[in-house]
Amino acid sequence: MREFGYQRADDVIGAVALLAADPDARFLGGGTNLVDLMKTGVERPARLVDVRELPLDTIEETADGGLRIGATVTNSDLAAHPDVRRRYPALAQAVLAGAPGQLRNMATVGGNLLQRTRCGYFTDLSTPCNKRAPGSGCSAITGEHHNHAVLGASEHCVAVHPSDMGVALAAFDAVVGYETLNGPGELPLADFYLPVGDTPHRETALPPGALITGVTLPPAPVAARSRYRKVRERASYAFAIGSVAAALDVEDGVVREARLAFGAVASRPWRARAAEAVLTGAPADGDTFAAAADAELAAARPLPDNGYKVTLMRNLVVAVLTELAEETPR
Amino acid sequence: MAPVPSSTSSAVTLNINGEKHQLTVDHRTTLLDALRERLDLTGTKKGCDQGQCGACTVLVDGRRAVSCLNLAVAAEGREITTIEGMAEGDRLHPVQQAFLDLDGYQCGYCTPGQICSAIAVIEEHAAGWPSAATEDVRPEAGPPPLTPDEIRERMSGNLCRCGAYVSIVQAVTRAAEAHEAAARDDDRADRHENTEETAA
Repeated sequence: MREFGYQRADDVIGAVALLAADPDARFLGGGTNLVDLMKTGVERPARLVDVRELPLDTIEETADGGLRIGATVTNSDLAAHPDVRRRYPALAQAVLAGAPGQLRNMATVGGNLLQRTRCGYFTDLSTPCNKRAPGSGCSAITGEHHNHAVLGASEHCVAVHPSDMGVALAAFDAVVGYETLNGPGELPLADFYLPVGDTPHRETALPPGALITGVTLPPAPVAARSRYRKVRERASYAFAIGSVAAALDVEDGVVREARLAFGAVASRPWRARAAEAVLTGAPADGDTFAAAADAELAAARPLPDNGYKVTLMRNLVVAVLTELAEETPR
Repeated sequence: MAPVPSSTSSAVTLNINGEKHQLTVDHRTTLLDALRERLDLTGTKKGCDQGQCGACTVLVDGRRAVSCLNLAVAAEGREITTIEGMAEGDRLHPVQQAFLDLDGYQCGYCTPGQICSAIAVIEEHAAGWPSAATEDVRPEAGPPPLTPDEIRERMSGNLCRCGAYVSIVQAVTRAAEAHEAAARDDDRADRHENTEETAA
């Protein structure tokens, strides 16, 4: 590991200024991903600005009845929070589906959004990877890619985003707030992650040096009946091979409102708007749910070894929506 | 002789098991390596060193965390509890005793991490935290019973290459039951005390 300087930031502006002073500096949150990547040499920061002590660790109700979640709230505190569990249960479930308790106690909301792909070639310095070394090529397209993207990928990168939390945030129209030397700003999650294109190393639309300060969830009554379902290769403590965050409001057998987002199928949490369009106003039955899944997955471009994900996601969507439709309205 | 702090190292005070330790650490030093290599607290074990096995689990400010992904310099100001800090003198922590009584291990290498994790699991459950095994996470549903499924899910961050999982689940179950019984006794004692105060 490269030697590095370390400073603990006392306030948000101070943290942003410290980072701006050194182009090779990185913010350190829980460290569950960054420290690991520093050990493997993928990340080689000259300085760490520790932001864990910043006063961004609260979850508060917003004036319009949404929730504002601070960037240094840990995954554990997010998933345990009564308002999150009551009003956005799929978000609590998504967070609980990721990592074990030891890591959820360390990991932060801000860091979760910025975590890097677990593509094996990204962390293997001996192989080409356009995300790690732009222009070097993609090893996964012709190599091991059974858990890679089927939606929104490009010929330059097929890596998937590993976050569970982000999938629920995408379904609920979360907005990411940040601070820069030029003042604060915000980005809807839908615009937060950049398309892969030919720049897979550029992952977010955050301005250079920006510090994520929090995530705002707009009020969403539909989210009170929501679920997160994750499929993985072992029962616990593994990244998804496919996941769904869904919310459904059904009245007299007809879908009034639906939210749907997919995980582990694209370079970012994938909001399934084509599927939502099919669901809205349609009968809440298996045929509709399958048609919705098909509408979204029509854009899928699987590789030789990950075509199973298209079938898996279709079945997952139908299963989760069926469960939600059968739940007693509350 | 302690190295002089530089731009890439710092003098830190680490609070471990209630005792303060002053040392100068290269910033690259993980909490795990500081414990084992600098402070001779070798109860905390190094397994994968990348946050995937749980052998290095300790408590940081009362919450379980993997010490291999915590930097020692970032641990300053926090209360660290390692397996060496769990017993009270010769009296083992009830979770340690349960692991002994029920053979919750074979080779023992993952055991300090398992025990630290289990101690925290019991606290997390007592605080009403749901898990991925909890069917209904809404607070109105109340805390889930600590079934074997709940324990397996909550302990999934601690791998055991010997496969002692069956006895580990039994040990955690017994320790959790004892913890709950003790909490009920405390509750009764409190109520009794209150009644006497009222009577007085």
